[in-house]
Parts: sequence; C-alpha cells; structure tokens
Amino acid sequence: MSMEKNDKSLNELTGSEIFVKSLEMEGVEIMFGIPGGQVLPIFDKLYDSKIRFILTRHEQGAAHMAEGYARATGKVGVCLSTSGPGATNLVTGIANAYMDSIPIVAFTGQVPTHLIGNDAFQEADITGITRPVTKHNYLVKDVKDLARTIREAFYIAKTGRPGPVLVDIPSDVQRAKTEFIWPQEVEIISYKPSYKGHPGQIKKLAQVINESNQPVLYVGGGVVSSNASDELIELATKCNIPVTTTLMALGSFPPENELSLGMLGMHGSAYANKAIQQADLVISLGARFDDRCTGKLSAFAPKAKHIAHVDIDPTSISKNIVADIPVVGDCKLVLQDLLKEVKPKKHTEWLNQIKKLKEEFPLKYSNDDKLRPQFVVEEISRLTRGEAIVVTEVGQHQMWSAQFYKPARARKFISSGGLGTMGFGFPAGIGAKFGKQKEKVIVIAGDGSFQMNIQELATASINKVNVIVCILNNSFLGMVRQWQQLFYNKRYSQVQLCSHSHDPKKCPIPDFVKITQAYGGEGFRVTEKNEVASVLKEAFKIKNKPVVIDFIVEDEENVFPMVPAGASLDEIMINLA
Amino acid sequence: MNERKHTISALVYNKSGVLARISTLFAARGYNIDSLAVGETENPEISRMTIIVRGDEKILEQVEKQLNKLIDVIKVYEYSKTEHIERDLMLIKVSANKNNRSEIIEIVEVFRADIVDFYHDSLIIEITGDEDKLTAFINLLKPYGIKEVVRTGIVAIARGK
Repeated sequence: MSMEKNDKSLNELTGSEIFVKSLEMEGVEIMFGIPGGQVLPIFDKLYDSKIRFILTRHEQGAAHMAEGYARATGKVGVCLSTSGPGATNLVTGIANAYMDSIPIVAFTGQVPTHLIGNDAFQEADITGITRPVTKHNYLVKDVKDLARTIREAFYIAKTGRPGPVLVDIPSDVQRAKTEFIWPQEVEIISYKPSYKGHPGQIKKLAQVINESNQPVLYVGGGVVSSNASDELIELATKCNIPVTTTLMALGSFPPENELSLGMLGMHGSAYANKAIQQADLVISLGARFDDRCTGKLSAFAPKAKHIAHVDIDPTSISKNIVADIPVVGDCKLVLQDLLKEVKPKKHTEWLNQIKKLKEEFPLKYSNDDKLRPQFVVEEISRLTRGEAIVVTEVGQHQMWSAQFYKPARARKFISSGGLGTMGFGFPAGIGAKFGKQKEKVIVIAGDGSFQMNIQELATASINKVNVIVCILNNSFLGMVRQWQQLFYNKRYSQVQLCSHSHDPKKCPIPDFVKITQAYGGEGFRVTEKNEVASVLKEAFKIKNKPVVIDFIVEDEENVFPMVPAGASLDEIMINLA
Repeated sequence: MNERKHTISALVYNKSGVLARISTLFAARGYNIDSLAVGETENPEISRMTIIVRGDEKILEQVEKQLNKLIDVIKVYEYSKTEHIERDLMLIKVSANKNNRSEIIEIVEVFRADIVDFYHDSLIIEITGDEDKLTAFINLLKPYGIKEVVRTGIVAIARGK
C-alpha cells in the first residue's frame, strides 16, 4: 500500500510543472510577460524550460507582442502576468485581440484559492473583468483540471472564430501536486464550430454570382485567419470580380492586381466605396459589416439585389446588414466548394466602369516639396516592394499606411482594427519580429501612439530585436485634430503634443532620436523629402537593434477620402485642400 | 418589426460563472430580460435557464446566436414556434380585513390559488400559472391593496416528446 502510494507520488507534478509541460506539449516556443508575487512557482519552472521568455516592460506590451506574434505567424500567441495589476494591465491587449479575432492565450497568476474574494493584496477578479473581452476564460481551482484547461484554452483560441482565452491560476494550484495527464483530444460538447459550408447555400451563392453583372467581393480578417488568400484570388480572377478589403484583410488580395479596389469605408478609396454603392451583388467573406466599413447602414449598397455573407461565426451574419444568402463556414473551405460551382465570367462592362472610377478618383496627395506623411509610406512600400511586415499604431498614420503601403501578401499588414488601440503597433511589431525573424518588420507610428508603449524600446534593445519604427511626427494627436478641424470649427482641444524638434517655437518633447539612443537603439531624424529614401536605406542596413526614424511631416495634413461618421458611403469627401 | 416577448430556454453547464456570462452578454448587448429562472436539470451537471426576452425577430435571432456562441451553453431553444407550457409561481401579500377577507378568498378559490399565511390585516397567497393568469389575478387584487409581490420567473417546457 505504501509502495503504491510512493510510486504514484513519483509520477506527480506540481501545477507549475504541469503548466510548463502543457505549454511544451502545445508547441509554444515563446511567451511574453512579467513575473510577480503570485506566479513565482511558474517562473521558477520556466527557468529550466526551453520555452523562450521575453521580459517586457509593461504587461500591455506583452499582450500586444503575443498578438503581433500570432498575426505574423498564424500560431497562438502566449502572454503571462501576475495577479491584480499585472492581470489588469493585460486587459487592453486582450480586448484588442478579441475585437480582431486573434488567437492568444493569456495566463495570469491569482491569489491562493482560500484568499479569493477577500480583497487580498494584488487580487483582481480577472475572469470577471475579462468576461466581455475573451472568447472564453477559466479560473483553475483544482490542479487536477490544469492540464485539460490549458489544452482547451489553446483549442478554443485557435478554432472556429479565433480569439483570446484567459486562464487564471491561483498560486496554491501552481504548488499543488497531481498526476500529469495530457488529454489527446479535446471534446467540448457545447463547442463545435462548423467549418464546412452548407452545400445548398453554396449552390445558391454560386448561382447569384453566375447571374450577377456588377459583383463586388468585400473581404475581411476571416480570409486571413483561414489562410484563404489563394482561393480568394482564384475566385476573383476566374469570375472577374473586383475585391475590396477591410483594414484587417489588407494584403490578402494583391494590391497591384487590376481587380483590387484597396480598402473600403471611412478612409477607403473612393472607387471602392463607389463600387460597393453600384454593385448588384456584395459577397462578404469573413468581414463583419463594421460601421467604419459600411457607413450609414440603410444606405449601404443600395443597388445590391443580394448580399451574401460567408462567416464562421453565425452571430456576425445579419447582425448589421441582413444577408439573404448566409453561409456559415470557414472561408477557405467555402471558397474551395464555391469554386467548383461558379462559371468563368468577363464582366467587361463592369470592369471598365471600375477602371474609370479609379482614374477619376485616385488616392492622391499634394506632390510638392514638403515632407508629406503619405510620401514616407509610399517610399517604404516602394523600397520594400511590399515584402516587409508593416505594423501600425492607430490614427492618421494608420490610415495613410492602409492607403499607400502595398502589402504583397496576407499577414504583411498588421493593425489594430476593431478596438483601435494606440500603443498596439510597436509591441505588436516586436512580437511579429520574434515570429518572423528573417523578415523585415517596419512599424509605422504616430508620435502620439508610439509614446503609449515606448518603454518596450528596452525589450527590443536587450533582445536585439531589429524593428524599424517610422514615426510620422506631426506633433499632434492627428486624427482627433482632423476631426476638430472638420467638425469642431478648428478648435484644437488637447491635441498638441509638442514633439516636433525642428520648430524652435515648439518644445521637442520627447526627442525621439535621443530617447531611442538612451534605450540602446539607433535614431534618425528626417525633415526633408529628399532624405526619405536614403535614410530608410541606411536604416534597413542596421541589424540586431531597434531603429527609430523621426519623420517631421506636414503637421496639418488630413486623411482623405473621408466618409464622415454616420454618413452614407455616397457622401465621401475626396479632398478639402 | 414587432417587439414581443420570447421564451428562450438554454441548457448550460452547472458551474460557477455561467450565470454571470449570460447576464454580462445581455447587459453588454443591450438586450432586455423580463425574467430569468435557473435550476438543475435531471442531470446535476447541467442547468436549464428560462429567459424571457423582449425584442423583435432580429434581436431574438442575435440573442439565440450569441447564447449559442458561449462555450458553456450547450443548447438553446426558442419556444414560440413549439407547443409548450409556461409557469410562473407568485407569492402575493394583500391587505385584508374582516370585511373584505371573504371576497378575497372567493377570488383565490376561483383561481385555484392557495392562502399560505393568514394575518389579521393581510393574507399571503401562492399562485401558479402563465403570464395572463397571474396578471389577471394581480388586477383583481389591486383594489384591496397589494403589499408585496415575489415571483420565480417563468419556466417553460415543451409538450409531448
């Protein structure tokens, strides 16, 4: 009897050993985070693990890095923090991943189970706090549930419509012992995503495609997460259907293809929006008819006889726009089935119309001697040929990047779409670089956004991460300034940032070149248009450290075209200048 | 579209946090719940929630889909399309004195309700029924002075199979 007991305890592992082993079983190579009081047992085991741990300077940075890694690689990103403030600092990153349907698993330490609910030191009800911003979350109260919970967390994060999952592990559970049993299969009877589209619905969709004269494909992030670019290109070229994408899907259709309309919506191209308004069929693939894309819902695609919507998440379908041909399923599988049913079509007349729209309403900006932010993005696009992974922050620079960077493929353009999180881009860029070390990673930032997670310069320097940050520095919270100019009679309320350094009247706070150097990176400043290409080329040669280029751009440049919030796509403002 | 009441029944895992998930969902999406009743099913690991929600067909569709999307929700039914039975249990405390008490008792008998507490100036009545019956009952008792009403919320079950 005692022998038996001894044998059994020999096979027993602590919760923290089970944690590390489970992550290794999941194939986790890297995780991001910061230690603290309630995760000490886990960090003690990570000390011996081959999983690479990246110590960030803020937990928000860790969550965004996990997401950047996930977006660049298609794998699940992982972050880890302690209880209380460590956990709450993750929340913005988790919410960002939730809005953009990106698979990450966030682990948090928690106070010991007997203290939960007692307002213990560094206690936060993180499963309660993150309930509305996670796909699912767990509080593991018994070490026996730990391995299965971790298995489920990864499974839920990456299957169906992907999303963040949080696992909260009290410190006594990390110390408790049990036998390590790794479940071979995950079986959750209440969670069965449908991947294969209904054949009848796909036939119906094929029929309306075959009958349509002015179809448009409206493509969203679902095409990226299901890796359906090839199928999308095949469908578009077989049937000659113009393609417009959301911010999330930029790169999933080649921007140089004549069928490409670029991005639609508030700051989309005028020709994309006009094409939607003239279409007799709108086929949405993995997009969710977000208000920034559709404008005024009642005036969206008024000529469309049919709206088809392919999405893996049934809640997305007919939430904003009623789809008369819904197809629940994975974009890749649905497209594969659809391709068998559709007939080749030329759509000569429609494509001519599109061509005319493109000629009449091109994306443009003033081509004078001034250093315009759009020019910087165009130069980045030209010099990298769209092969770099461009990660953006949020604001004007983000929209210029969406308009003028031409990502060669999916997963080459990474941006915070749904939540619009300033401070996302730089850490996400670091995460992307960890996932794709051989690729060039360029963060296009604003001087406002960059300062929201600037402390991660330390993480990048210490880990020799070569991310090139191009700040389009206009010394403003530019997008807010633009709205104040257009809709609040130019009353600039709290949008001046004073980060310009070439204007002696303004205080250069911070000096981005010096602060980068202080953090061990390389800093450049560009004030003239003719320096852009040479400095970019010089920056591209630098290895093993972060590079920041402070582009002092025209400060009151606006993003156009623009559809004012709540207006219909017809009411597009092309340019005020 | 027409706003009306819908009876939704959800089978969920009987574990902590599930009720919070559902109420968070309803609050975050701005859906109005008239009542929500939860109890164990024949399988102690599974609970059944009966939710009465108000809204048009579009809202109902979203509610059903959003509920289904929750990992802890096993199955969702909407009862308006199927024959089903709905019951709500109400305890109602009504003012009563020796002059009007017999009138009230007459009403109680007609409604097949029960008097469960008898006090010199009030009665507590227990009544079970569907929405219409309880509303009618309340209306009849109003003139006597209703002191307190407690209801369990509607529970529903499909007929037959």
